[in-house]
Amino acid sequence: MELLSGADMLIRSLQDEGIEYIYGYPGGAALHIYDALFRQDKVKHILVRHEQAAVHMADGYARATGKPGTVLVTSGPGATNTITGIATAFMDSIPMVVLCGQVASHLIGEDAFQETDMIGVSRPVVKHNLSVRHPEEIPEVIRKAYYIASTGRPGPVVVDIPKDMTTPNERYEYAYPKKVKLRSYNPAIRGHAGQIKKAVDMLLAARRPVIYAGGGVILGKASDQLTELVRLLGYPITNTLMGIGCYPASDKQHLGWLGMHGTYESNMAMHHSDLILAVGARFDDRVTNATEKFCPGARIIHIDIDPASISKTIDADVPIVGPVDAVLKEMLALVRESKEKPDSDALSSWWKQIEEWRAFHGMRYETNDDVIKPQEVIEMLCKLTNGDAFVATDVGQHQMFAAQYYKFDKPNRWINSGGLGTMGFGLPAAMGIKLTHPDDEVLCITGEGSIQMNIQELSTCKQYNLPVKIINLNNQALGMVKQWQDMNYESRHSQSYMESLPDFIKLAESYGHKGVRIEKKADLEAKLKEVLAMKDDLVFVDIYVDRFEHVYPMQVARGSMKDMWLSKTERV
Amino acid sequence: MRRIISVLLENEPGALSRVVGLFSQRNYNIETLTVAPTEDETLSRLTVTTTGSDKVIEQITKQLNKLIEVVKLVDLTEGAHIERELMLVKLKATGSQRAEIKRTVDIFRGQIVDVTSSVYTVQLAGDSEKLDGFIQAVGTAGVLEVVRSGVSGIARGEKVLSL
Ligand SMILES: Cc1ncc(C[n+]2csc(CCOP(=O)(O)OP(=O)(O)O)c2C)c(N)n1
Ligand SMILES: [Mg+2]
Repeated sequence: MELLSGADMLIRSLQDEGIEYIYGYPGGAALHIYDALFRQDKVKHILVRHEQAAVHMADGYARATGKPGTVLVTSGPGATNTITGIATAFMDSIPMVVLCGQVASHLIGEDAFQETDMIGVSRPVVKHNLSVRHPEEIPEVIRKAYYIASTGRPGPVVVDIPKDMTTPNERYEYAYPKKVKLRSYNPAIRGHAGQIKKAVDMLLAARRPVIYAGGGVILGKASDQLTELVRLLGYPITNTLMGIGCYPASDKQHLGWLGMHGTYESNMAMHHSDLILAVGARFDDRVTNATEKFCPGARIIHIDIDPASISKTIDADVPIVGPVDAVLKEMLALVRESKEKPDSDALSSWWKQIEEWRAFHGMRYETNDDVIKPQEVIEMLCKLTNGDAFVATDVGQHQMFAAQYYKFDKPNRWINSGGLGTMGFGLPAAMGIKLTHPDDEVLCITGEGSIQMNIQELSTCKQYNLPVKIINLNNQALGMVKQWQDMNYESRHSQSYMESLPDFIKLAESYGHKGVRIEKKADLEAKLKEVLAMKDDLVFVDIYVDRFEHVYPMQVARGSMKDMWLSKTERV
Repeated sequence: MRRIISVLLENEPGALSRVVGLFSQRNYNIETLTVAPTEDETLSRLTVTTTGSDKVIEQITKQLNKLIEVVKLVDLTEGAHIERELMLVKLKATGSQRAEIKRTVDIFRGQIVDVTSSVYTVQLAGDSEKLDGFIQAVGTAGVLEVVRSGVSGIARGEKVLSL
């Protein structure tokens, strides 16, 4: 057998795991590992400018490809800088392995230089964390880390590696384990057949059904099965913010997404339904609004890989624990075999009602010739990219507008921090996507607040030639905060202005990129076309949009799903 | 409602802090917690008593089960079970108090395990209510120090929690 040092074993394990890219930043406790990295060329390392960005890059990669991302950082500040990124991935169940250097074992607990208890600090925001206690364990620990991160309900796994575990001149036998055995971790591989049968019977008997799909459909790679089932049944479908793309937005059966800023018709259909089939969704508070007023007439079937997501906030009548793809496949077979068919009269009057809701509001906003509306920018981008770009966003109004007005027909293309709502996510996430999808259009839709939270990554983009298009919907304000202040604090705009904005064009140029400013509505289309034609350049597009725009619909706080503001003055 | 949840946990560093962390992160309540290795030294047995609505308890057991190091668990309060807690109490014992305390200890089937001219140290095992009852009987005025182990529990009959 081959003899390798701990550091070499680590890198070999990554190779054997099939890891192509790692994102990271070096420092003392990780230097043996960085040296091992230098002496090989299979695993490529991307040097970011801040460790948080490394995690978001790995995250963007994972969301776009469905494969786990990998991060490498040093101990102490390197490790703590990853926490926001890890928490972001945790909230959205993104598979990821974060390798952290640690001070040498004999120094742990002595407040050594750059010592932080990363196992303790990360514990609440990881699926699991592991520390290496002997160099020989490294291959097994790495195998376990990826296995845990990417199976069941995915999530981030932190591996803490004391420096003495990677000492160069101490060599051990290397073999990468083929299988992992964990007696205490056995994610479900199929749903309960009896429950599935019961669910199908209920589905076919429903009169006002709605399918409510979440990010679990995308993570569980079950878009095809879901689409097939929905089409076969002819039922309306809505999805969560995280589920965008799990069902084609251009399809007639799709009602748009639901919840706080979801479409009128989705929220109305949910509220008035008699049966909800929840697939890989978790009845988050941004979806349900007040739980005690949630969908009073609906019975609920809930499919999820994580039993703890079922009946956590809303009780399920038929819980089904299992991987969504496998469960949906079984449901499809049963629906096909079944002699029962959906009641076509009930279904057509349900659709008639839904069409009325759709006609009543749809998605609309007021336009005029003087200012550029943020919604118009998104619609234009969607048109110019044929709805086929990867769109990573930051957090705020621009994120909601992007989700509302860019129509995604495919999964894994809408990339946002839904659960944690992390400003600063967009640019590094877009970079992680562009790196592995060089021929695809990758947009980062952001705001002048958010972009400044990881703007230093423009430098990384230069180094690795990542020509993403940054679309800055510049409303000169922390727009979403300001909207809440308008609605709930009599427009007292406490700390929600962005003053002293940099000249983003010059800023981009100073990093070696291109910059384009758009201030007039008449220029919008032509300039965006120009930008999109600049295939090889990162272009920072600074677009001055209406400073007073709000995101609508917006659910009324503590109301039911159907209680919404539709504009600044209309409330239903 | 009060529940006794019994957990088989990998006997590994950090596993216990994950369990404790879960309770505080999710705002669950821990009343008592006991933990020690089992006859299989790769496993620890942990007993936690907690209170909460049925919904909260369901979440607690599900969230505990999600921890990678939790191998198995059971809510003992769902069936017939035995619960025991050990208490060591130092009591002021002078003059006529000495006989009185001795009598009470006998009634509660405890033992005096250490004696000085002014202090008795009493050991008592039983369910938590019995231990509370003893303290009440001797009166808090005479109690110098109390150490309780927290509840350990096991199901009655043939049921076992094992691998
Ligand atoms: C790291 C972080 N800090 C604070 C917030 C709270 N927050 C949510 S949206 C928002 C404003 C974002 O401003 P901008 O990026 O300009 O987007 P806009 O809403 O103006 O489109 C803030 C501060 C957050 N989500 N993330
Ligand atoms: Mg803004």
